[in-house]
Amino acid sequence: MSQSTTLPTAAAGTGEREFMLDVRTQDMEVNMGPQHPATHGVMRILIRADGEICTGAQPHLGYLHRCAEKIGENVEWLQYLPYTDRYDYLAAMNNNLGYSMAVEKLMGIEIPRRALMIRTICAELNRIGSHLVAFGTYGLDLGAITPFLYMFREREWMMALFEKICGARLTYSYIRIGGVFNDAPPGWLSEVERFCDTFEEKWQEYVDLLMVNHIFVQRTANIGVIPKAMALDFGLTGPMLRGSGVDWDLRRDMPYELYAEIWKSGCFQIPLGKGERGTLGDCWDRAYVRVMEMIESIKIVRWCLDSIAPGPVIAEIPKTLRVPAGEAYVGIENPRGELGHYVVSDGGKVAVRCRVRGPSFTNLAVLEELLPGALIADSIAIIGSTDIVVGETDR
Amino acid sequence: MLAAVLFAGAPQSGTNPIQGLLEQVAPAAVPAWAVVAATIGIGVGITVAIVSVIAMFGTWMERKVSGHIQCRYGPMRAGWHGWLQPLADGVKLLLKEDLVPKGADRVLYVIAPAIVLASVLAAMAVFPLAPNFYFADIDLGIFFILAMTSTTTIGVVMAGWSSNSKWSLYGSMREAAQVIAYEIPLGISLLVPIMVAGSFNLIEVSNDQAGWMGMNWYIWPWVNPFMLPAFVLFFIAILAETKRAPFDLPEAESELVAGFMTEYSGIRWSFFFMEEYAAMFLYSAVGAFFFFGGFESPLTWLVRHQFGLTVGVQAEAWSLGAILLTLTSALTIVVKGFAGVFLMMWLRWTLPRVRIDQVMTLGYKYLTPLALVCVLGAGLWEVFVKGFLPWRNG
Repeated sequence: MSQSTTLPTAAAGTGEREFMLDVRTQDMEVNMGPQHPATHGVMRILIRADGEICTGAQPHLGYLHRCAEKIGENVEWLQYLPYTDRYDYLAAMNNNLGYSMAVEKLMGIEIPRRALMIRTICAELNRIGSHLVAFGTYGLDLGAITPFLYMFREREWMMALFEKICGARLTYSYIRIGGVFNDAPPGWLSEVERFCDTFEEKWQEYVDLLMVNHIFVQRTANIGVIPKAMALDFGLTGPMLRGSGVDWDLRRDMPYELYAEIWKSGCFQIPLGKGERGTLGDCWDRAYVRVMEMIESIKIVRWCLDSIAPGPVIAEIPKTLRVPAGEAYVGIENPRGELGHYVVSDGGKVAVRCRVRGPSFTNLAVLEELLPGALIADSIAIIGSTDIVVGETDR
Repeated sequence: MLAAVLFAGAPQSGTNPIQGLLEQVAPAAVPAWAVVAATIGIGVGITVAIVSVIAMFGTWMERKVSGHIQCRYGPMRAGWHGWLQPLADGVKLLLKEDLVPKGADRVLYVIAPAIVLASVLAAMAVFPLAPNFYFADIDLGIFFILAMTSTTTIGVVMAGWSSNSKWSLYGSMREAAQVIAYEIPLGISLLVPIMVAGSFNLIEVSNDQAGWMGMNWYIWPWVNPFMLPAFVLFFIAILAETKRAPFDLPEAESELVAGFMTEYSGIRWSFFFMEEYAAMFLYSAVGAFFFFGGFESPLTWLVRHQFGLTVGVQAEAWSLGAILLTLTSALTIVVKGFAGVFLMMWLRWTLPRVRIDQVMTLGYKYLTPLALVCVLGAGLWEVFVKGFLPWRNG
């Protein structure tokens, strides 16, 4: 350092004079959230930033904690179902399905085939709706407001379909222990088919408008790269894992309900990130996996529509369930990853333990690793690409 | 518009038609300084009114444009197709509590929106609405506009600094970096039409583009083929200057909450908005003056042709031709200005936002050199090719 740029300060005690630069800078700590437009709910991330560059990040959870698991130990088996709607409120059908399957596994009930079909249709439609929100809000995070509203237009139809079948638009409680609440109303299945036709058309619109948009690609490619090994280390599941190129989908690898049959018919594939626009496992790859999964879900729905036959939609179960003593874990492929329900029964009316393994919660852990070194704008892109639902991380 | 009719063809005194009119009607007892003061008062009043009307129309237009792009209607309740919505918003904003956050630098916090709005008002002062309706016709008109609108940055940085919010600080720092980066290509790309016109004066530049049915606009490749790339560069630069998407980083709502405006509320907050829409219109109109013929359109050409008026010469006061020319000129520039504003809105509701480093890269590494190339090419064209073009030597 040349002396001309330094400020002389007298060193204490010694006769010697030391010359040092008396300009101290310090990283800025910024609270992103709990009220921030890009944290998708009430999550708070404490970001340490050096100008525009993140040097550290610490997610803080719990703003939406509603004791879901504890409630599960205090209400009857059937009464808990509406609470499952509320943790991942964008994919409530899938949550219903996961919990019902765990209880059914303990009870050993056989589900009527028509109920399985309707369950699959609903779960896949809900997956589409959830990915629409994920991808739409991802565009919103990057400043593209219009595609978000286009996606909500289709999601609106999806919600209208659910409203017709169960009366609710967001928290369905439609998939019950033993089957589904009631049969699809007349004409519902053909409307689902119309939805599929329209959706395939509109899906191309999203791809053209956002997915291959030059600015979008510039903002997401090579950003927030999760290598394969890191994805496995963090226990990521769902599109986060497949975006890194790990070929793992519970619908195929640990099939439940009808998925083994559907997979065998070869009607759908598991889309994987390929690093097409940048590095394998970057934000673009994760968005790509979600976008492609929507169209695969449409194929699954079509398969079910083709093979659905009349029949009962719910097994004979008593009003007050007494579940045989034992324990069961069922993991299903939620839109965000593996949603696991672990229930323990002592043979009574109430669960002894009702544990939920939420994909958002696990996927969130990777943020602490990804954010340091990213720009503030990139950190938004990274948080958006993890597609967390705070209702589920906090439960 | 009524005012435009009133002052059309009024006798000239000095450089201001309002002053000329006042001198004519004032009794002899009124001293000269009072006339000047009254002129200033009226001029400021009209400028403020114009800026407010532009801002109100701009907000309404933004809602309608975004609505229709997004398969919605936008405001529909207040008045026909919601045209009264800006008024309702204005009343709401006036009634809102005026908050100054704890720990804010009160003085700076309060004057920052005023500086922002004042800068665009000052720029508006030299903006002519018709060849004979303006408040100041200064020879360095475009320089004055550029200088005044970049003063906005000072207000924005002040707002961000004084708000005592980190998000605001981020927004204002981004604004400063962005505006400095894009002033350069903006100024350089404007040099191309300035070189062709040989003037900084908006009215003279407009007069220079007069011709059969608007076929002499600078943007046409037969005038100067470097004009079109220069306009593209100019348009990208004004997007960044007015903080419009995809360069809306200073207020990037998904990153910085609302950027430098985060802590503002009520009418102070609306000052920033008024500035934004007025600046959008102003820059679009500057683009219209320097690339798209200014007051010149088939309409004004027809009027001039019909009434035998000569370009750049004041017509006889109160003649029908002069009044019609004033009206059509004002209509032309307003339509052209809002066409530019529409284009900016269209882009905003279509594109995602770019990142700060990409903004800087684009500004310094691409736009600035390209603008310099345009200036060089246009200059060579003017020196070596122009002489061979019969339509340029009329």
